[in-house]
Amino acid sequence: MRVSTYIKKWFPLFALPTTLAFVLAFVVPFGLGLYLSFTKFQTVNDATWVGLRNYTNAFTRDTDFVRALWFTVRFAVVSVITVNVIAFALASLLTRAIKGTNIFRAVFFLPNLIGGIVLGYVWLNIINGLLIRFFQKDITFSSAYGFWGLVIVVNWQMIGYMMIIYIAGIQNIPGDVLEAADIDGASPWNKLFNVTIPMVAGSITICVFLTMANCLKLFDQNLALTNGAPKNTTEGMALNIFRTFYNQQEQGIGQAKAVVFFVFVAAIAFIQLRATRSREVEG
Amino acid sequence: MKREVVFKTIGFIGLFVLALLWLVPFVLILVNSFKGNLFISQNFFAFPTSKSFMGGANYTTGLGKTGFVSALRLSLFITVVSTLVIVLVTSMTAWYIARVKAWYTSALYYLFVFSMIVPFQMVMFTMSKVANMTHLDNRLGMIVLYTGFGAGLSVFIFVGFIRSIPIEIEEAAMIDGAATWRVFFFVIFPILRPTAVTIAILNAMWIWNDFLLPYLVIGSQWKTIPVAVQSYMVGAYGQKDMGGFMAMLVLAIVPIVIFFLVGQKSIIKGVTAGAVKG
Repeated sequence: MRVSTYIKKWFPLFALPTTLAFVLAFVVPFGLGLYLSFTKFQTVNDATWVGLRNYTNAFTRDTDFVRALWFTVRFAVVSVITVNVIAFALASLLTRAIKGTNIFRAVFFLPNLIGGIVLGYVWLNIINGLLIRFFQKDITFSSAYGFWGLVIVVNWQMIGYMMIIYIAGIQNIPGDVLEAADIDGASPWNKLFNVTIPMVAGSITICVFLTMANCLKLFDQNLALTNGAPKNTTEGMALNIFRTFYNQQEQGIGQAKAVVFFVFVAAIAFIQLRATRSREVEG
Repeated sequence: MKREVVFKTIGFIGLFVLALLWLVPFVLILVNSFKGNLFISQNFFAFPTSKSFMGGANYTTGLGKTGFVSALRLSLFITVVSTLVIVLVTSMTAWYIARVKAWYTSALYYLFVFSMIVPFQMVMFTMSKVANMTHLDNRLGMIVLYTGFGAGLSVFIFVGFIRSIPIEIEEAAMIDGAATWRVFFFVIFPILRPTAVTIAILNAMWIWNDFLLPYLVIGSQWKTIPVAVQSYMVGAYGQKDMGGFMAMLVLAIVPIVIFFLVGQKSIIKGVTAGAVKG
């Protein structure tokens, strides 16, 4: 009795609908995108092969793409650290039988459900309101305003989500481990660094991975909050690619940048997974 | 013991203040949605006074200008239908992939997993071109595109779960003479229900909030809520009606808050499960 052979002939019913949609929405666009990054084109049909010229142009025609890359990296590093430190601190407070834990959790988690565009405009009004009131300037005045504005938006959005994952991790620590540490007379700091943090290493891995991926791919918040102002200095990679396609009408260069962006994001994800896998083997 | 009490009190007060701070953005948008245009830009942080209070005017006149009602209807339609389709077809595909051992099932599986790490910008231009050419650039076509682009994560999570179900369950049903499709819908799918809820929540959140895909593919004719919000803010002809915009933001957030209050437990559980598996 082989289940496999029974099911096998049912490919058209079970696998075909998803596969068709997947081919149309992903496989063809991906392959076509890869090919078009080596061509000059406006509409796809008029593509002519140009080799690596789009790739060299992406970096040399202007400095915006390199600047966007640097912006994305700085933004991701700062946000990954702040989001995870704050989320972990909240999680360790909320796992200590403080009153109203469930309400606090819900409040901190709520912004995560709101999309980047709406979030971006909510904060644009608040940040501009503050800046105009106290400095008579708005967010387009300085790239530092835009940078820290984005950091605030992303923190408000993601802390609650990461906090939930940390809470699950902390609750999985066996109680007797912490008790044993208490009996041995460990100080709270000792317990934190030598018991709690090593025991939730798995959650830390997940959260750092998720925040990193989200920050590198940031688009909606960037578009809504600064749209690159002033003078493209607050433009992340995703936004830079979008504007190369649709504002500058440089499809070939935009597609080459998109390939570079994909390789960059995939490489960082791969390195992170490798690093954690080797650590898990040791541990 | 006493130290513990002091710690807990301080912790509670700290969390309480932080939670209030967390809610300030919601309150500010809500407050300003009742103020006149001039007063919003003059002082965003002032409560409405008898002079600046507009009542529900921003909601009645502003919403007409922003086209919010049709955007709400479209967002609901695309989100609900796509989510249902995704749950149905990806669970079927995942069962096929998990149970049929063949080169093409593992090839398909790795393609789905691969698609999860590809950023949208990589396919954004070509996908909208393919959608044009295949006439998927309409409201129904969006459902096909979401199914295709959302398939990766959904299939991945479903396959992981199905592999933990003992195959003897299907064997027993098949020995009893149940047709293959019956085995899936009456034996396997009920077991998958908790995972299906997770998949539904993850996809619904993504599709409801998604901006770029509907903007690029159908944005010039039909606007979902995020597209409507963005285009109102950017496409300002003359004086922007900020009061109407505030009302729009409030109404864009309200459905999400209702959704959260209704399904809080399964949303948090689903989001956590999705993260841990993904």
